[in-house]
Amino acid sequence: MIVFKNVSKRYPDGYVALNNIDLTIESGQMVFLTGHSGAGKSTLLKLIAAIERPTSGTIAISGQNIAQLKLGAIPYLRRKIGFIFQDHKLLFDRNVFDNVLLPLQISNFDSKAVASRVRAALDKVGLLKKEKAMPIALSGGERQRLCIARAVVHRPNILIADEPTGNLDVDYARDIMAMFTSFNQVGVTVLIATHDASLLEDTQHRILLLKQGKLAV
Amino acid sequence: MIRAWLTQHAFVFFLTLKRIISTPITSLLSVIVMGIALSLPTGVYLLMKNLQLVSGQAASSPQMSLFLKKNIDKQDIAKIKQQLEENPQIVNSEFVSKDAALQRLQQSSGFTDITNTLERNPLPDAFIIHTVQGTPETLGQLRAEIQNWPQVEHVQFDSAWLERLHALLQLGRFVVLMLATLLSIAIIAIMFNTIRLQILTKQDEIEISKLIGATDSFIRRPFLYFGAIEGLAGGATAWIIVTFAIESINQELVRLAELYSFEVHLQHLSTGDSISLLVFSAWLGWLGARLSVASHLWQIEPR
Repeated sequence: MIVFKNVSKRYPDGYVALNNIDLTIESGQMVFLTGHSGAGKSTLLKLIAAIERPTSGTIAISGQNIAQLKLGAIPYLRRKIGFIFQDHKLLFDRNVFDNVLLPLQISNFDSKAVASRVRAALDKVGLLKKEKAMPIALSGGERQRLCIARAVVHRPNILIADEPTGNLDVDYARDIMAMFTSFNQVGVTVLIATHDASLLEDTQHRILLLKQGKLAV
Repeated sequence: MIRAWLTQHAFVFFLTLKRIISTPITSLLSVIVMGIALSLPTGVYLLMKNLQLVSGQAASSPQMSLFLKKNIDKQDIAKIKQQLEENPQIVNSEFVSKDAALQRLQQSSGFTDITNTLERNPLPDAFIIHTVQGTPETLGQLRAEIQNWPQVEHVQFDSAWLERLHALLQLGRFVVLMLATLLSIAIIAIMFNTIRLQILTKQDEIEISKLIGATDSFIRRPFLYFGAIEGLAGGATAWIIVTFAIESINQELVRLAELYSFEVHLQHLSTGDSISLLVFSAWLGWLGARLSVASHLWQIEPR
């Protein structure tokens, strides 16, 4: 469960990205976060993974206050979260397999099960045949799927995606949304930020609308 | 859990080794620079140790000669002998009567003719004593004490050379310490810069790793391994340089020994010293890397 209480984020230059947000996301929910660019979607997601800190207010994940988290505890919080970055953040000096391997290396995962875990994640996103390919050789959609594989390989409780269908064709976008739905069906809390209205048309999931740093719904 | 930890370390170790080998020229150059820097203090240290060894043999038991007054009798001699035996600073003493001394003189070649012309024995009774090891000061005090005994005419103890040797060794130790300190700082600086450049090229990897839950120690680990491995290689290079130097000096010494008919042979680094050199150099590399990582990681901290 993710609970925001009176959360504000003001940047050093005075820009207020989030203004007094109160929000509760239950475990296992799938939630869309929408709004114009600059409405504070990315900031809200980054606060959950402690990539940024709120100026005021509290953020609790499973009862733990993220706003006051010690620096040394942040890595362990991030391991519970799968983050799909807007700019992918792939490593171009290693192949697809090794990119997905990284989260498992970071969390000291036992070596024997590692390869099968990586291949399982690659299989879910349909990149199993490209495990030896370098990221530079992948298409935009494939890179996005690689990013998803890396985000889910360590089986996080929470999956966060920032504009996951950003520059993709409608068909690709639909594929990726189907993947998120399937993760949600096995109990993962999924939080997706998007400004793509077509994704929201026929969804039954919860939609949060951000307007100039405030929740409108 | 421990197995996973070990696997992780082994993985990072081999990854780092692979990285070092993948840039052979750069790695080789920095290892050679570190090796040369380390070989200087090591070489001077080794020379000092050899000098100490030689001086230790020469002064293994400092010797003094007590020349007694002409008009003494057997009682006096017995009394002196007792006094000498009671002194804890004196290891042993040997009485050499004037007759025995003359005999020895006659036996030594070249003096036979001279001694034959002597009408009476000009030599005094004497004690030759061996003292415990000591500094020039303590031995000088002992000499002054014995000199004050009424039956003693003169105490001969050549302490000047011992003092000079001591001073020289002291100076040598100081030089070693100074060289070692300066060059250690140089090695730390080299490693600091090497790691700084590596961090810059690995900025993406570090940033992404941190974003998906890497601890600082996970980020540091490959750089620390890098520093320690290159430091160790530098130490090994220094060892090889010193070994070659000692071997070639020894070969020259053999030629010199043939000409001058004496035998000198430089000792090589002991096993303990060799291990110390390798451990110390690895530690220096590690320290340089540690300092560099500490001062650069915060700069790429995701904000």
